[in-house]
Amino acid sequence: MTEVTAEHYIILATTLFVIGVAGVLIRRNAIVVLMCVELMLNAVNLLMVAFSSHHKDSAGQIFVFFIMVVAAAEVAVGLAILVMVYRNTRSTDVSLLDQLKN
Amino acid sequence: MSPTIFLTLAIIAVVSAMFVVFAKNPVHSVLSLIVTFFSIAGLYLLMNAQFLFVVQIIVYAGAIMVLFLFVLMLLNLSADTEPQKSNRFRVIASASAGLLSLVFSAGMVIDATMGDRNVTNIQEIGLVKHLGKVLFTDYLVPFEISSILFLAGMVGAVLLGKRTPKESKS
Repeated sequence: MTEVTAEHYIILATTLFVIGVAGVLIRRNAIVVLMCVELMLNAVNLLMVAFSSHHKDSAGQIFVFFIMVVAAAEVAVGLAILVMVYRNTRSTDVSLLDQLKN
Repeated sequence: MSPTIFLTLAIIAVVSAMFVVFAKNPVHSVLSLIVTFFSIAGLYLLMNAQFLFVVQIIVYAGAIMVLFLFVLMLLNLSADTEPQKSNRFRVIASASAGLLSLVFSAGMVIDATMGDRNVTNIQEIGLVKHLGKVLFTDYLVPFEISSILFLAGMVGAVLLGKRTPKESKS
């Protein structure tokens, strides 16, 4: 490996994204699930910046900025929902959140 | 020089991301996620995306992770009380994640027409001066709309966090 190419970033971003997916599927704590979603968003951001550098086009970096904006809003609302769920069920276990089934 | 930095940061990012998933204590998950975010920020710097490097550290490693840590400590989940999923489910989840990575690797068959693949050459596009100009001309409307999104998110978070009158009476 003499220089860092776009492929290396693709491999790294894929690895991080798959780790995030595995975390969402494996863990039951809703906070950890939210953190794994953040990890997936970051993997996509990394790929966007890599391709933005590769194509010498700043649109990718602007999009990453907007993804960060949406992620911040999402985390704020998601954690508020989580606190409310905890207040009602005394737990953050996602498998308890199947009340709509009954 | 830069391949060494890239490899170091990539290994740190992947290992700490694994730790996020497999750590028993949620507080350890948060702390290793911060390490992941810092190494991703380092990769941004390697690609000369200086604006995103700063935003990543301020927004992700600063604001978002502090929010996570606050909620974690508010709910007092630091003790390991989390029930684990059954082993069968874990195997199925890992298998589907592996299949997904297979799909992704099939999708990234190397394209010979990509030309110059170097992503770390010195260029101006990641600097605040250039990005600011683009953000406030071509992307002005999305920028303003995102402020409305923030307002809606703020109102939603306050509304959800507030106790209902019925709850506070009892």
